Amino acid sequence: MRTTVFTGARIVDPSRGVDEIGAVIVDNGRIAAAGADALNQGAPAGAEMIDCFGKTIVPGLVDGRVFVGEPGAEHRETLASASLAAAAGGVTSFVMMPDTDPAIDDIALVEFVLRTARDTACVNVHPAAAITKNLDGREMTEFGLLREAGAVAFTDGRHTIASSLVMRRALTYARDFDAVIAHETQDADLGASGVMNEGLYASWLGLSGIPREAELIPLERDLALARLTRGAYHAAKISTAMSAAAIARAKADGARVTAGVSINHLSLNENDIGEYRTFFRLSPPLRAEDDRAAMVEALRDGTIDIVVSSHDPQDVDTKRLPFADAAAGAIGLETLLPVALRLYHNGDVPLLRLIEVLSTAPARLFGLPGGTLAPGAPADLALVDLDEPWIVSESGLRSRSKNTCFEGARLQGKVLQTMVAGRTVFSA
Amino acid sequence: MTAATHPPLFAHRHLLGIRDLSPADIEFLLDRADEAVAISRRHEKKTSTLRGRTQINLFYEASTRTQSSFELAGKRLGADVMNMSVGSSSVKKGETLIDTAMTLNAMRPDILIIRHQSAGAAALLAQKVGCSVVNAGDGAHEHPTQALLDALTIRRARGPIARLVVAICGDVLHSRVARSNILLLNALGATVRVVAPSTLLPSGIERMGVEVHRSMADGLKGADVVMMLRLQRERMAGAFVPSVREYFRYFGLDAEKLKAAKEDALVMHPGPMNRGVEIASEIADGPQSVIQEQVEMGVAVRMAVMEVLLDPRRNAVGAAP
Repeated sequence: MRTTVFTGARIVDPSRGVDEIGAVIVDNGRIAAAGADALNQGAPAGAEMIDCFGKTIVPGLVDGRVFVGEPGAEHRETLASASLAAAAGGVTSFVMMPDTDPAIDDIALVEFVLRTARDTACVNVHPAAAITKNLDGREMTEFGLLREAGAVAFTDGRHTIASSLVMRRALTYARDFDAVIAHETQDADLGASGVMNEGLYASWLGLSGIPREAELIPLERDLALARLTRGAYHAAKISTAMSAAAIARAKADGARVTAGVSINHLSLNENDIGEYRTFFRLSPPLRAEDDRAAMVEALRDGTIDIVVSSHDPQDVDTKRLPFADAAAGAIGLETLLPVALRLYHNGDVPLLRLIEVLSTAPARLFGLPGGTLAPGAPADLALVDLDEPWIVSESGLRSRSKNTCFEGARLQGKVLQTMVAGRTVFSA
Repeated sequence: MTAATHPPLFAHRHLLGIRDLSPADIEFLLDRADEAVAISRRHEKKTSTLRGRTQINLFYEASTRTQSSFELAGKRLGADVMNMSVGSSSVKKGETLIDTAMTLNAMRPDILIIRHQSAGAAALLAQKVGCSVVNAGDGAHEHPTQALLDALTIRRARGPIARLVVAICGDVLHSRVARSNILLLNALGATVRVVAPSTLLPSGIERMGVEVHRSMADGLKGADVVMMLRLQRERMAGAFVPSVREYFRYFGLDAEKLKAAKEDALVMHPGPMNRGVEIASEIADGPQSVIQEQVEMGVAVRMAVMEVLLDPRRNAVGAAP
């Protein structure tokens, strides 16, 4: 493989605390050097030289929460189409949720995903396996065998495990295999009929509300069990100030707890639903502006560890319905970085921290290669123009489904080139 | 007549909710409905206002009262009326609301009346079809013609609505009638109270422009109008209130509780009534009850709404496409 040298780039590498002008040398699919002094020995002979004109190079994004329709709902998204969307968004690795049909609860499914991804996907796909068989919250899956087959974490995806006993055993057993249990919490009864954040706005729309406590109650249970079992617990998608406070308390107690937030809950609130716009029906629901601001604060202070797209392709058959009948979820792989850059541009989150929560931290959390530009690491990186303005148009998005929350949004920052293991998988 | 001298009096293409209407819009519709009452009381009730126009009633929830009211209103205006009820349609075969709407739209109706169990269904439909849409009730969102007919009933009995005290009692949480009435009565300057057990009040009710009361004695004190809401059977058995008898004891309207209101207070109910649950028979059939008038005003209001929405002059002056 040829040697490529990116020169004149702003290099942002949170894994080493680097934010400096310099060069990145990619050799044989790996980072040979990245930083201000990368060219001290001179450029390797015969290398392809790319002048970045001050544009920014970051380690490729690692998206910890992506739903794909393969197998079972290929009309919504395949591994191939999801990977194209990822590449266009500067995402070089993603963790795939087990909510497929059939669910990823068996090594055969893990192998199927890895094989299909190897043959059809242009970015790294890491399957997460189900905690319980068929995602039904009862019997544990084969954590050991699944881990060996390549599952990077365990999660019941969109589902919350109702039984405290099952959760306790899963956390305890997963500890033996050094596996993370990632869990999205919503109480099975409280807010079960709800479709948006409970409050005045839902009341006027005549929509059934989901109180913040529906997220908090099972989360507090999980955190108590994480303290009890010493298992590694990841709160996959929190949305409220109360949840962030609970996470902060558990961390202060020394529990092995991490938390994620979706980009939607950092950038949108319940008012974006407008007049029943079903693309904004999400789970957890978009909350009030106070909660959004609390998510940003929790991201800044380290309570929240990672930011995910929670990419969830839905077709017209599940979205072109009255609000309460529509499925929850929005796509987001392609807009993850540009939307996150809003937090950088408006001064909420420094760039180094932003790239950390989008790349370095999730790679570390799920034990994946990548998330760094350190010498020897796979050359998974994105070349980004932090300032280029553009307008999102669904027809320009590569995902097979078009349920974006950012149609028509004015964004600042665009991915120019994405590289996975030294191979260019996207170029604007 | 030209656009310059005669701007449209009612600049809406659809009637999806009271929220979209200005106080002037509401008064305009009520004035027109007053005229329609006279038509319905004539020996010859049929007019030619909507001759040649097609009205489709698309009812996803069974509703004898509202559907027949819209049907009669259309017929009295001379429109051709078609009823699509869920039982006999392809809705049962899994066709989505939008697909059904597009199919009906292709038949070129002039106005679609929709009743649906999901909030926002009427607005969704209005985005997809080329004709006027009237919301005949969408989930717990709005039921604008009910609020208009209630206002017409009150106005004819008590004069201007401004400064009247109206108590809305019962299952506000699930009630589109309550939401539309709260919006309309506030728009016209009434004082609106709600009276209900806390389990039947929506989140944020105290910020919806109402006084909140938990007892009928307080809520009805000095009220000019007492509006009862229907309590669905499935919500009485432990889910929201423990039992029918407990509910009736505290929130059912009987002679004793009604004494708190003004002596001549109007008693209203959108129907169908659960006698002995939210209202005692002696009150429903008593001298203060205007429940039958509400039904009559329903036809008049729906005539006015359809006539105004389909007024050809609106198109002539370039109303919203």
